[in-house]
Amino acid sequence: MTYETIMAGFGGQGLLFSGKVLAYAGLLEGKELTWLPSYGPEMRGGTCNCSVILSDEPVGSPIIAHPNILMVMNEPSLDRFEGTAQAGATVFVDSSLIPRKLKRTDVTPVYIPATQMAKEMDALALANMIILGAIVEKIRCVRPETMVDALKHTISARKANLLDLNLKAVEEGARFIREKGGEE
Amino acid sequence: MKGNEAIAESAIRCGCRHYFGYPITPQTEIAAYMAKRMPKIGGTFLQAESEIAAINMVYGCASTGRRAMTSSSSPGISLKAEGISYLAGADLPALIVNVQRGGPGLGGIQPSQSDYFFMTRGPGHGDFHIIVLAPATVQEMADLTRLAFELADKYRMPAMLLADGTMGQMMEPVALPEEQIDPETIPVGKPWATRGTGLKREHNIVNSLYLKPDELEKTNIERFARYERLEKEECRWEEYLMDDAEICVVSVGITARVSKNAIVEARREGIKVGMIRPITLYPFPKAPFAKAAEKVRRFLTVELNMGQMNEDVKLAINCSRPVGMCNRVGGMIPSTDEVLAAIRKEAK
Repeated sequence: MTYETIMAGFGGQGLLFSGKVLAYAGLLEGKELTWLPSYGPEMRGGTCNCSVILSDEPVGSPIIAHPNILMVMNEPSLDRFEGTAQAGATVFVDSSLIPRKLKRTDVTPVYIPATQMAKEMDALALANMIILGAIVEKIRCVRPETMVDALKHTISARKANLLDLNLKAVEEGARFIREKGGEE
Repeated sequence: MKGNEAIAESAIRCGCRHYFGYPITPQTEIAAYMAKRMPKIGGTFLQAESEIAAINMVYGCASTGRRAMTSSSSPGISLKAEGISYLAGADLPALIVNVQRGGPGLGGIQPSQSDYFFMTRGPGHGDFHIIVLAPATVQEMADLTRLAFELADKYRMPAMLLADGTMGQMMEPVALPEEQIDPETIPVGKPWATRGTGLKREHNIVNSLYLKPDELEKTNIERFARYERLEKEECRWEEYLMDDAEICVVSVGITARVSKNAIVEARREGIKVGMIRPITLYPFPKAPFAKAAEKVRRFLTVELNMGQMNEDVKLAINCSRPVGMCNRVGGMIPSTDEVLAAIRKEAK
């Protein structure tokens, strides 16, 4: 199985980081993988995305034309990437930031109010990790328990004190899937 | 690990303790990594006042026989061209990394392969070449860094890692060599190095100025004899599904990876297509192309330029087969579908 994930939104939402955590989890499970950022004059407030491929086979191109997992954290990203998703893809939408529903009917939408949930946790910057937790719980592209080690390895020494909060955010996302599903 | 970081860590393990650079996207992670690591291991990280200063610092350092390197991206390499020519003229080994971006001029910052001619024909004035290696995975970013240092020392000439922006920015798992080369062992076996005479011998002189034309001619001829040996012994390439191929894709770096996906798709449609991926761009691996020309009908280069490697393929096969082209420029990258469409067209 090959999981082709695009994570997209504003710079500063931690999309490159959540991609790194997912990639590292794949590494810990012995998968083949690539992680490719959009790089450019992009900073907090601009648009930003990364592509993560996890596979049992060696990965050819790291560029994803048609993702089967899509995570969007702002409306311009949904506009840009909705049409590219594979039929049958799962699309994770931060519904507290994106008011509209999906236009496509051949993909599975998951609406998760991640930014609102993060606010309630008093950790606004961790909406990305909440959605990542939801992705892993729903898709099982990596094992949920691998996320702990993946986060430990990926989080910088400077922010090591935030490890527990990150793990809690991942768990919140997973719990949301278990309890509510997010599909409409 | 990012491709850029893999280069930096591999260089350190190869015994390189001297990095001179100047920041430019998309290769700045190399400098950032060196800035963090070099002070901790007794090495030099120096951000120079310009690219020109950095390459001349490499010249000075390489004269002592130590492994020195610099890195930049396309516009910065133009500035280094003078220094690279001097390194070649003085027969000094050194590593130069070029993580290419779109040009000409300041161009853009997205991936490109448009420095192909500039690098493979000898980037600077005078008659010379440098070794040019083209990685297509993060693993190769590390492995070819080592090969570049080794070949540079062996043939006493500058070597270049020629990557594109994608290779520098992407992350992949990478196995770094366990062996750490002791930097003190590097100058051993370099009798030309300027490391002090100990009052026991004549001074070594590192120089590229020869005012007597017959002497200068001699250095040029000697240098090209070395290039001939290099061309004979050091060509490297990868063949992919070439056994029964009727169409041969030729590509390097990121486009070789996109092409691989397209080839898998085309094979599903019954098109017999394979790929030759040159790893050394100078010396260009002519032998596999001459061999392939005996059985394939057509070649197709997939490049991020207006068809520069395309000419080398035509030269390698003496234009004995048509050589098509699938390209994007300016920082654009052809999609798998675009390459697949080009393969289908060649198959018709």
